[in-house]
Amino acid sequence: MSWLLKGLQGVGKFLKLLLTSSMGRVGIVIFAIVAFIAIFAPYLRTVDPIKFGLPGNQLLPPSAEFWFGTDRLGRDIWSQTLYGSRVALIVGFTAAATTVSIGTLVGLTAGYFGGKLEEVLMRIVDFFLMLPYLPLMIVLAAVLGPSIWNIVLVISITYWPYTARVIRSQVLSIKERAFVEASRSVGASDRLLIFSEIMPNVVPLMFAEAVLMVTWAIYAEAVLSFLGLGDPTTVSWGWIVNRAFASGVIRDFLWWVIPPITCIAATILAFTFLGTAVSDIMKPGYREAKGL
Amino acid sequence: MRGFAGFAIGKISAAMLTIFAIVCFNFVLFRLVPGDPARLLFGDPRAGPKRIAEMRELFGLTGSLWEQFVAYLDRLFLHGDLGFSFVHRVPVMEVILDRVPQTILLIVTGLIIAVVLGTMLGAIAGWKTGTRLDSIIITVSLGFYSIPAFILGIILMMIFSFGLGLFPVGGMYTIGAGYTGWAYVGDVAWHMFLPCGAIVIWYIGEYVILTRSAMQDVLGQDYITLARAKGIKESAVLFRHALRNAILPVVTITGINLAFAVAGVIEAETVFRWPGVGRLLYESVMSRDYPVLQGLFLMFAVAIVLANLGVDLIYGRIDPRIKVGGGQ
Repeated sequence: MSWLLKGLQGVGKFLKLLLTSSMGRVGIVIFAIVAFIAIFAPYLRTVDPIKFGLPGNQLLPPSAEFWFGTDRLGRDIWSQTLYGSRVALIVGFTAAATTVSIGTLVGLTAGYFGGKLEEVLMRIVDFFLMLPYLPLMIVLAAVLGPSIWNIVLVISITYWPYTARVIRSQVLSIKERAFVEASRSVGASDRLLIFSEIMPNVVPLMFAEAVLMVTWAIYAEAVLSFLGLGDPTTVSWGWIVNRAFASGVIRDFLWWVIPPITCIAATILAFTFLGTAVSDIMKPGYREAKGL
Repeated sequence: MRGFAGFAIGKISAAMLTIFAIVCFNFVLFRLVPGDPARLLFGDPRAGPKRIAEMRELFGLTGSLWEQFVAYLDRLFLHGDLGFSFVHRVPVMEVILDRVPQTILLIVTGLIIAVVLGTMLGAIAGWKTGTRLDSIIITVSLGFYSIPAFILGIILMMIFSFGLGLFPVGGMYTIGAGYTGWAYVGDVAWHMFLPCGAIVIWYIGEYVILTRSAMQDVLGQDYITLARAKGIKESAVLFRHALRNAILPVVTITGINLAFAVAGVIEAETVFRWPGVGRLLYESVMSRDYPVLQGLFLMFAVAIVLANLGVDLIYGRIDPRIKVGGGQ
């Protein structure tokens, strides 16, 4: 169990470091709130978020019964907003995991092995980087059909080249360093070199990329759902805004739009701040400057 | 000059190759659909077999995949034919070209304002690095840059059209007003204020952050110290000496960032019902008008390749290193 202890200690140390930055603190607090809401949504909700309301319950303003009011079909917006946090986090984390995995695999292969393989892989990467990301995601989502897992797929297809490029340049610079050269000269295999020399130096960067990708994925899910490409059977924040806009009456029913847009903005800001804090921490000299 | 010609030929042929790859990708993309692409491309699920056969012919879905591909290339490159919109009942090319000018107006205005304001704010932040003003500028820019443009648009709409009643909720001109001449220009500008405001706020952050770091690099240089030692006013050093040199990398990024700019325009146009290609993309998603969707994707991708090519060529012309050493 010593590795577990060590891992936990590492996480603790990292969190402590993160809390020394003011952006890190803001990010952690907002993320904790969103995660709490996502986990306890079934206990916090007042009614089923997608069950249609009784006749006469349509478009009610916020009240003691409906805290955030109701939508055109009489559904409770408070409960919808709570459940929206689940979609944001699930899509954000799964898409980030797949994107960073594919990107790291490609970047590592291209950077480590080089040659023709690298040339082919980087051509593909450059091609995808040239495509406009939002139109690409819209078209893919439209072709694949609306479902939450298709959204994750669309995000992964669109974003992996960004990670691949970053990881590759990191691998290229590590490869040239003396300790790798030293291991190679004593006959270390590729496998040993990759896992024991290269990977430990790539992992911090993967983590920073993952934070960035969570941010981008939450953004992508929100935009796609807002444009009507989300999963119609799952409540997400972008979907709530889409429904409100489609009804054409938001001028008189602002309570319908304000909760979801606040949640999207706050969650994305939290991850942006976390991302900035993480990249600050990783800059050489940060610990010394903070006296740690 | 020979160096530049060689450089230009290389860049142009690379761009051509990319465009061809995009065309192939676009063909494959719309055949990845589960089930019969014909169904998808016609949209109408109630179409009878005779109608389907006719439509197959019209949309180029007869014969083997290879024959379809050849027919697709033939129509596209030899006739400029992007297919037929079943919602608008006119060729896709017409539908798209109808919307292009409005988007160019919005995107160019937005980018110019964002670059000007963003570089100025970034220059000030870089100049005052470490001060309170700097940290405020940088945090606010980072915030605006990360919040999706459609949310910025909705917030502007809530404040300025619902709340203060200053600007219209959407559209491009007052319907039925029949303005002409300058009155029409004024009306369009009035309608453009909010969608343009949303994209400017969204774009600006990137320019602030970039200019700030470029400024920090420039300020360490000897010629700045020299300018100061000569007793030139601080504001003159900032704008004439420092900003001038800091601005180059910022302008380069404008070409590369067009993909980013396109995303903002799609969102802003959708929120404010601005009749450009971004709004058309949303409408085509809603009505499942796949031929238009396919045409729009091709147009966006090719536009970005061409814009990048333009930036590369201009840079090749300006940058002395390419003229001398390039084009081996």
